[in-house]
Amino acid sequence: MLEIRNLHAKVEGREILRGVDLTVNAGEVHSIMGPNGSGKSTLAQVLAGRESYEVTDGEVLFDGKNLLDMDPDERACEGVFMAFQYPVEIPGVNMSYFMKAALNSVRKHRGEPELDAVDFLKLVKERAKIVKIDEKMLQRAVNEGFSGGEKKRNEIFQMAVLEPRLAILDETDSGLDIDALKIVSDGVNELRGPERAMVVITHYQRLLNYIVPDFVHVLVDGRIVKSGGKELALELEESGYASHEQQSRRREAMAL
Amino acid sequence: MIEVADTMDLYLSMFERFEKQRGRGAWLLPIRKAAISRFAELGFPTTADEEWRYTNVGPIAGTAFEPAPEGAFLAGKLRPLLFDGGAAAPRLVFVNGRYTPELSSMGVLPKGVRLMSLREAIDREDETVRTHLARHARHEDQAFTALNTALLDDGAFLEVARGAIVEKPIQIIYVSTRGQTAWMANPRTLIVAGESSQVTVVETYVAAESGVYFNNVVTEIVAMENAVVDHYKVTRESDEAYHIGTLQLDQRRNSNVHSFAGSFGGGLVRHDIHTVLDGEGCDCGLNGLYMVDGTEHVDNHLVVEHAKPHCDSREFFKGILDGKGKGIFSGRIIVRPDAQKTDAKQTNMSLLMSEDAQVESKPQLEIFADDVKCTHGATIGQVNDEAVFYLRSRGLNEEAARGMLVHAFASEVLDRVKIEPLRAQLEELVVERLPQRGLLKRIA
Repeated sequence: MLEIRNLHAKVEGREILRGVDLTVNAGEVHSIMGPNGSGKSTLAQVLAGRESYEVTDGEVLFDGKNLLDMDPDERACEGVFMAFQYPVEIPGVNMSYFMKAALNSVRKHRGEPELDAVDFLKLVKERAKIVKIDEKMLQRAVNEGFSGGEKKRNEIFQMAVLEPRLAILDETDSGLDIDALKIVSDGVNELRGPERAMVVITHYQRLLNYIVPDFVHVLVDGRIVKSGGKELALELEESGYASHEQQSRRREAMAL
Repeated sequence: MIEVADTMDLYLSMFERFEKQRGRGAWLLPIRKAAISRFAELGFPTTADEEWRYTNVGPIAGTAFEPAPEGAFLAGKLRPLLFDGGAAAPRLVFVNGRYTPELSSMGVLPKGVRLMSLREAIDREDETVRTHLARHARHEDQAFTALNTALLDDGAFLEVARGAIVEKPIQIIYVSTRGQTAWMANPRTLIVAGESSQVTVVETYVAAESGVYFNNVVTEIVAMENAVVDHYKVTRESDEAYHIGTLQLDQRRNSNVHSFAGSFGGGLVRHDIHTVLDGEGCDCGLNGLYMVDGTEHVDNHLVVEHAKPHCDSREFFKGILDGKGKGIFSGRIIVRPDAQKTDAKQTNMSLLMSEDAQVESKPQLEIFADDVKCTHGATIGQVNDEAVFYLRSRGLNEEAARGMLVHAFASEVLDRVKIEPLRAQLEELVVERLPQRGLLKRIA
């Protein structure tokens, strides 16, 4: 479904991604772990189409199509979804108005009829339950005045409504207390399925107790330095990232 | 363009002709005469005048406007402007400044409400009109007000008697049509709300089609003790038109006046709003939303004068500026020595949509009392790129995302419009002026 080959990307002139290779198939959940500044969020942003991130080399194929050629909204319509690490507050734009516009835009792209107000309401009510969101939240402005936990739940709620085929969760666990973490994870698990792939980016192994991945990758200095099964996460929990970082630096020094 | 000195002669001869024609209403003649001679002395303002620094009225001064021609406007075209589907809505309709009875309706007005053309009231030598007309707007020092006062021919007169409550909004609609030549009209509106009365008035200026004309407008509103007045002014003039408007609000003790000024079209639009809080315990709210595109120009010029203690005033104006348009907000708050415990707040926010759009925001506080609370704030910004990306990442294309954010910016002011059908009309106007209007309309 997703194929990343030798991806290099710059932010403000600094090279952050330095040759990422990753293949994700339908139905799989991949976790990307790594220390701060390793390029995890950059990878998520590049996949979502953030314009301030400049891809300098490599390619990304989504179902064989060149993802990097698409605008952010095209990617969303094609079925790529990113849960933001820092969801943006948008005063004056009502949640339900926004979600209806987004969903209908995606449906239109898929050649499905637009939902009318009644069907839309039915759908969001049902999906709101997945992350235990109060329906009243739908009448509030997007993320405005939401608590940290509410914002993250809102991201998963949007994913539940839009039903993407590839979901990238960018540090969806950061800053959550254990109750909120459970709610968010339960929501994510409910959305797992044979047709849907997920890339779960996290700094902490803790999340992976709740969302159990099929594969774990360690990202250090803009490259995936180790890949393995879910047991790799436990290993990292024990030993930390330090040895991987040292190894990466050594390799670099030798290359010079 | 012709020489300004020649246009001055033109207005003087217009006045002379007009003076001969008008048979009745002789009582107004001394006021008209004083006004025309004051106008001749003042002349048109120039950008050297601080109050007109950002608005050059040279094109008005240099155009030989003819008196407004008769114009035709079909009732069917009026219907979308009317609330409650039309028929029963009380309204006065004017075409090119002339009262048009066949388009107007008194609807069902409660007892104690008098609504009629100003010309009729002047001819009848109406006592209220004699007491208030031209007693509030300042033709002594405002050239355009002087010109309007000298040449005023028709307009609207509304009086709400003491204690009367008018629940349905009253509409005053000034329609402008295209003429053979550039023309001018001097619409005049007088609203007198008696003690403890309540009334809502919506004044609309709308172009039937594109054309060059000049609406030189003056509205005087007197809110007597404890009266509640909600006033809305919506300008949707032709993009070749000039609209210079003065709204004079005189508030007596404990009165509550809220005004909304919406500018959605016009080549050159100026709103002068002058409020005098002339009694204790007044409450005054001035809201506005202005949108410019192309080479449109809107200048909002507010003066709030706190003359007595314990009055509150709130100014909240937002501008959306696109193309090569220019939007100006100038807000002056004057607190007289007597006006202790004044609470005045002013906010102006501008959203720049293009690189060539221009914005000016000028607050002025003149405080002569020592126990007051006065604040002002101005922000100028662009559509937030982070928010655009967030919306796009959910599947909205760029124009739809931007449109949604601009719409959100406008809603904060539009939410203060209390008449539901008017708010719907204005929402539509905002959306119509945005790119991707189709999509936004479907969602809404």
